[in-house]
Amino acid sequence: MDTVLIARLITAMTLGFHIIFATIGVGVPLMISLAELIGIKKNDPHYLMLARRWTRGFVITVAIGVVTGTAIGLQLSLVWPNFMQVAGNVISLPLFMEVFAFFFEAIFLGMYLYTWDRFKKPITHWLLSLPVIIGGGFSAIFITTVNAFMNTPDGFTTEDGTFTAVNPIEAMLNPATPSKVFHVLSSAYLTCAALLAAIAAFMILKKKVTDQGVAYHKKALKLTLTVTFIFASVNLLSGDISAKFLANHQEEKLAAAEWHFETENNADLILFGWLDEDNEPAGEIRIPGALSFLAHSDFSSEVTGLEEFPENERPPLWIHYMFDLMVVIGMILAAIPLLYFIVTKIKNWNAHHKLMLSLIAVCGPLAFLAIEFGWILAEVGRQPWIIRGYMRVEEAATSSEYIGLMFFLFLGLYIVLGTLCVITLRKMFRNNPAEEELEKQYPTIEKGDIE
Amino acid sequence: MSYEIIGISVLWIFLYGYLIVASIDFGAGFFAYYAKITKHDHIMNQLISRYLSPVWEVTNVFFVFFFVGVVGFFPEAAYYYGSALLVPASIAIILLAIRGSFYAFENYGSKQSSIYMFLYGATGLLIPASLSIALTLSEGGFIVEQNGVVSLQYLELFTSPYAWSVVFLAIVSVLYISAAFLTFYASRANDKPALNLVRKYALFWSVPTIIASLTTFIALSQHNERHFEAMLDLWWMFGLSVGFFMIAIWLIYEKKYFGIAFISVMLQFFFAFFGYGKGHLPYILDPYITISDGVTNDSMAIALIAAFIGGLLLLIPSLILLMKLFLFNADYVKGKRD
Repeated sequence: MDTVLIARLITAMTLGFHIIFATIGVGVPLMISLAELIGIKKNDPHYLMLARRWTRGFVITVAIGVVTGTAIGLQLSLVWPNFMQVAGNVISLPLFMEVFAFFFEAIFLGMYLYTWDRFKKPITHWLLSLPVIIGGGFSAIFITTVNAFMNTPDGFTTEDGTFTAVNPIEAMLNPATPSKVFHVLSSAYLTCAALLAAIAAFMILKKKVTDQGVAYHKKALKLTLTVTFIFASVNLLSGDISAKFLANHQEEKLAAAEWHFETENNADLILFGWLDEDNEPAGEIRIPGALSFLAHSDFSSEVTGLEEFPENERPPLWIHYMFDLMVVIGMILAAIPLLYFIVTKIKNWNAHHKLMLSLIAVCGPLAFLAIEFGWILAEVGRQPWIIRGYMRVEEAATSSEYIGLMFFLFLGLYIVLGTLCVITLRKMFRNNPAEEELEKQYPTIEKGDIE
Repeated sequence: MSYEIIGISVLWIFLYGYLIVASIDFGAGFFAYYAKITKHDHIMNQLISRYLSPVWEVTNVFFVFFFVGVVGFFPEAAYYYGSALLVPASIAIILLAIRGSFYAFENYGSKQSSIYMFLYGATGLLIPASLSIALTLSEGGFIVEQNGVVSLQYLELFTSPYAWSVVFLAIVSVLYISAAFLTFYASRANDKPALNLVRKYALFWSVPTIIASLTTFIALSQHNERHFEAMLDLWWMFGLSVGFFMIAIWLIYEKKYFGIAFISVMLQFFFAFFGYGKGHLPYILDPYITISDGVTNDSMAIALIAAFIGGLLLLIPSLILLMKLFLFNADYVKGKRD
């Protein structure tokens, strides 16, 4: 049994599951806060109810985010003890700070949840949402610096296999940090807006809702799609910055993702396709010079090919598919909200047509897929290194014979958690539709009154 | 004071914090389930969920803080404990995951599921037992390093009287601490029936707690004589611990000053826990890691201490606000606000 492979699989599984909930944990508080603020400013119960209902679903996902986050935190030492022994000297500061940020978020989330009607001024309650957003954002930032360090290690010198002369701040602010943090944050906000837009579109599609309910869901749709469009645009920018970063600092990752084998000027961008027996791209779309442009904003610039790297230091070539899928979804996520806003401006066109709503509903799952693909690209793209240039993955893993058993134990756990999460969320919202709750919470509201 | 002493003190304080808040949480889960099967749930559950709902997430962070801090200050510990603890710590993770998420499913999602309640109560006793294994291991004799491979000696562990006495102590202390807190909380809420019930629990569980403390002490003398001798030199700390135990029990028995009674329980465990910890030094893992050779480099230690101070400046006011809004807000505790 290959313990290294199983160690990798356990970590991939835990993180793959965790990032769904971690992304929600970072992005959804922003949406809740926006809805509550608009509700208070406009004195519109619909937006206030949006904030309440989103919060209620959010708590369930936070619980799973917390427990799987605890799991990955401990697994770092359990599955990769040799890595933590060496790297702990350099990366413990951001890990420590991440816990602080999370602590801060946890304290204020508890307050936010249980003080809806306790303050004289509603804006006081809204203020409690700000530390939740800040805490969530900063925990993402700090943990991303750890990952950035593993990609472009900095801020130390080595002596007999241990890191000495450590500068923890420099290690945190390594070359990969700015582009990674920017891309992680923008994609988290984008994904959560797209998720909530998909829910609103789905609810309108179901058509069973009364007028009151439709008004509520249409407002949700407009708000979430606006945010989706903004962050999808920002995300394309941050993705471009990330690609340029790779071209300068992690050339082998970009080369593998783009099937760019020979160093050349005016390099073509390869879209889609597959590899034939000779490891040559086939069936691909070539955009002349576009890779050079993507890498250095200059069609004639030189892009390093994979041939410059020793064979045992090259990432696997299948990450190309991950790259393509992520980028294509990123573009779709900008295009569909844009289309929606164009349609709303055209007279006699129905922005709530079934087709339009279906497209929006698909955006939610697509955004999560893009998160997974992008993360796989980033992680597998740094193979065979755990700390690029310093420690290989096989040197870092535990040698315990029980690791295979642990894989199935955790697999079972995530299946149970995932299933119960879906069941609980469905129960929560299905038996308690928004229109009923609106009438209960705001008895003075008149049907179709608020548009 | 050297960095490693500051580091271990900080971590020990956080572990102590976890011991208190997690005990309240773990014990409350058990009592909630016990009340349900003895048909007292209508008395207890409101009280428990009013306290737990806003803080369950915070409790978890204390624990994460501790283990991230250990790895930060003492990366060597990550290697030894990480290698040896793969199985027991994975089981603890799974129990924590079931407990944390099921709490949310039960309280925010579907109401009143007996299965969730049972798992919530059962994990509340199993988690302290599984986490206490890490403390047992630190005494040495259970973790062996041979040819660069670190492994846990399961047979030694499962046949050790010391290991079992620690597990027993962990479970009964959890129930005792939790009952003492709930007694205080019920008195704040002016909830007479709940007060009567949890006061009985507190008095009941105090007896096994003090017995288990003694047997653990004796078992330790058999297992690690060095540590036992060091603890005897700190006799005054354990004397204070017993003193506060008697104050707490007397106040609870006399039905007065429940707040001071709970503070006495906290001080009882404070002195016992710090006496135990101080006697453990200089070893973090006997005999492989001492605090001086396992500590991280100076620049990281300084950065961690700075981050810690900065973090506390942020957290302490937030925690005070949390307590003011929930724990010490008379209307909220009495259930007049939701």
